[in-house]
Amino acid sequence: MYVAVKGGEQAITRSLQLLAEARRGDLATPELTLDQIRQQLRLGVARVMQEGSLYDEELAAMAIRQAAGDMLEAIFLLRAYRTTLRRFGYTQPLDTNAMRVHRRVSGTFKDVPGGQVLGPTYDYTQRLLEFESAATSEPVEAAEPLPDAMPRVLDLLDAEALIERIDAGTDPEPADLTREPLMFPADRATRLQNLARGDEGFLLGMAYSTQRGYAETHPFAGEIRMGEVDVLICPEELGFTIEIGSITLTECQMINQFHGGNGLPPQFTRGYGLCMGEGERKAMSMALVDRTLRCDELGEPSYAPAQNHEFVLSHSDSVEASGFVQHLKLPHYVDFQAELSLLRTLSAQHAQRARDEEVTTQETSS
Amino acid sequence: MDTPPHLARAQWMSLLAQAEPAELAQAMEAFAPPADATTWLRPPQTGLYMLRGRIGGTGPQFNLGEVSVTRCSVQIGERIGHAWVRGSNARHAELAACADALMQDADQHPHLHAQVLEPLRQSLHGRRATASRKAAASKVEFFTVVRGE
Repeated sequence: MYVAVKGGEQAITRSLQLLAEARRGDLATPELTLDQIRQQLRLGVARVMQEGSLYDEELAAMAIRQAAGDMLEAIFLLRAYRTTLRRFGYTQPLDTNAMRVHRRVSGTFKDVPGGQVLGPTYDYTQRLLEFESAATSEPVEAAEPLPDAMPRVLDLLDAEALIERIDAGTDPEPADLTREPLMFPADRATRLQNLARGDEGFLLGMAYSTQRGYAETHPFAGEIRMGEVDVLICPEELGFTIEIGSITLTECQMINQFHGGNGLPPQFTRGYGLCMGEGERKAMSMALVDRTLRCDELGEPSYAPAQNHEFVLSHSDSVEASGFVQHLKLPHYVDFQAELSLLRTLSAQHAQRARDEEVTTQETSS
Repeated sequence: MDTPPHLARAQWMSLLAQAEPAELAQAMEAFAPPADATTWLRPPQTGLYMLRGRIGGTGPQFNLGEVSVTRCSVQIGERIGHAWVRGSNARHAELAACADALMQDADQHPHLHAQVLEPLRQSLHGRRATASRKAAASKVEFFTVVRGE
């Protein structure tokens, strides 16, 4: 039974006004500009783009400002906005080998061809809160640029046939989760699409669980690279491929121990993570979870949450998760009334039974 | 051997898309097409392309997420210019489409090439070189301390 509930209209209007007021804060303080957010909160912008599943720094900055810095709300705003835009098509596969590298490190080889390039990272900061605003240092620049393209670290192992080889095969058209629902079992391409827009916190927790012993994969960070990659499309009107700009990507190639199984020889296996913008923690978590989810394919015993496709892929999306958790605060008046009256009946029956038993006991003893 | 004509067009369309919108606007000031000869076949329209990656960088494709793209088509005289640029800057797409139309005109081509495309190419090259030198400054130079003899 549905009961129409009216009367909240004015309260809702006032609540929205209060929200706008709270979001803006003291009017004497200047409002944040989108450029400030894009430039000075760039890692927040990257996260909103990743999980909002839309690369557009301007829109992500707008979403962060509107959501007052609540990243999950900003992600929701961006996801909602993308549904209003037309899909023009699919890009050519991004060539991360041709990335113009801003950072590139390996946890497995000290002397990688092209070298280790630290780039802008928090890794070497002392995590001491700076009470003064960051002093602008002299611009840092070397005399010589980096080589045009950096070879992949994992190719070193590939040359010795010590790591599983990965090629495009028949290069099948991947399923698209924005068009088709998630079905199980999900192939690796579908899983990666899900993980790419998955909540960073959830993936981090899942990845951490594998390191602590819930499905060990003995990972090494073979290579992490971050930099600019050109976006190419081939529009029908033209019939040839053009660049439409470039984007920042972070890629993580994990190397994992594998003793062999399912007809495969002992060799290193790969876990792969790729995300929009700078997002090293996300890319690493994604690579660990990607590898763990390959347990069936590699004939590994499957017992841990991070190996369970349905568990991981159905709960990775922050928009879905936050919607379902937070819907509990919406009116459930009728549902709750039904529960309440059921409980009252049960409670009355329980009391009646107790009384009846007491009478029986008294009768028997007398 | 001559390069096929579409290759050159792909190159200039790519440069126009990769340009800083403000620089493109400034360079194109001298080449504003006459309004009576200009028809906007497709006014700027922002939509989405699904970005594709490859598993492991070289394997089968997967869908990474979308990117906003603005496209635009214009007819200037006999020539039809198209543009696809990343992001939602309508003016960028309009200017790129106009430049694409004008670049197809044999008379205009050398002027645009010299005054628009070449400066844009140099600017792009400069931006990339600077970014690369900045990254190179943080390259690790390992040295090994020899122990014993």
